[in-house]
Amino acid sequence: MNIDSVDIVTEWDIVAARQLGRNEAKKVGFGTVDQARITTAISELARNIYLYTGKGNIAIKEVTEGNLKGLLVIASDEGPGIADVRRALEDGFTTSGGLGAGLPGVKRLMDDFKIETVVGEGTKISATKWLR
Amino acid sequence: MKMRIPILKLKDCLIVSIQWELDDQTAISFQEDLLEKLHTTSARGVVIDLTPIDFIDSFIAKVLGDVINMSGLMGAKVVITGIQPAVAITLIELGIRLENVSTALDLENGLEKLERELEG
Ligand SMILES: Nc1ncnc2c1ncn2[C@@H]1O[C@H](COP(=O)(O)OP(=O)(O)OP(=O)(O)O)[C@@H](O)[C@H]1O
Ligand SMILES: [Mg+2]
Repeated sequence: MNIDSVDIVTEWDIVAARQLGRNEAKKVGFGTVDQARITTAISELARNIYLYTGKGNIAIKEVTEGNLKGLLVIASDEGPGIADVRRALEDGFTTSGGLGAGLPGVKRLMDDFKIETVVGEGTKISATKWLR
Repeated sequence: MKMRIPILKLKDCLIVSIQWELDDQTAISFQEDLLEKLHTTSARGVVIDLTPIDFIDSFIAKVLGDVINMSGLMGAKVVITGIQPAVAITLIELGIRLENVSTALDLENGLEKLERELEG
């Protein structure tokens, strides 16, 4: 199984993470629209790590399920955690003057989406896009 | 590392062609540079061409939306051109509506559209 990852500490790491994501998406065989979806989702997750936590990581992994191939993106951090996940997933909810589009957007852009978060410990978001 | 996006002037319009993937710093300085240039040239219109851009996230979308609103405040019309299909699709899925934005297929059409709007 292929795993690649980028630590997110500075703004430039956001650029590195999405470039890695786009390359992996191409390798798996995704078309341009899915490549854009995956790149955008990674950009949102990486920017959230940069904005709301001290440090985190974006891992990108090719996965298979039966004869389905996909790309799994795992964003993990040891930041403050998300107290109210339901609200964080609402369109327009932001604590930073953003558009509040990131998390609900990632959920729509990807096929599977899961948040595990503990206040004071950190957050792990896993999102998969399947190749059709 | 800091890159600046060139802003050209043609008659009373400014033309911006974004040629590479925007990082946050470049996006922010583009916003400042464009407003400054609007101020110093008294241009009445702006065409922003996004042809080479293959994805837009919520941050870049916010900067673009802000640029459009701020330009409006300064009395200039903005036309966005060259939005790729993949970009249009991901923007909608992100839930982002660029409100009151004038768009055109390419730079040439964008300039024509702007000229018509400025005359009318
Ligand atoms: N990794 C994280 N750790 C802690 N809080 C987070 C994390 N990711 C998101 N949040 C919280 O969830 C809120 C919603 O995030 P979301 O990405 O949807 O919007 P945003 O970042 O505020 O704005 P946008 O992404 O549109 O620029 C954030 O404002 C922040 O409070
Ligand atoms: Mg965000």
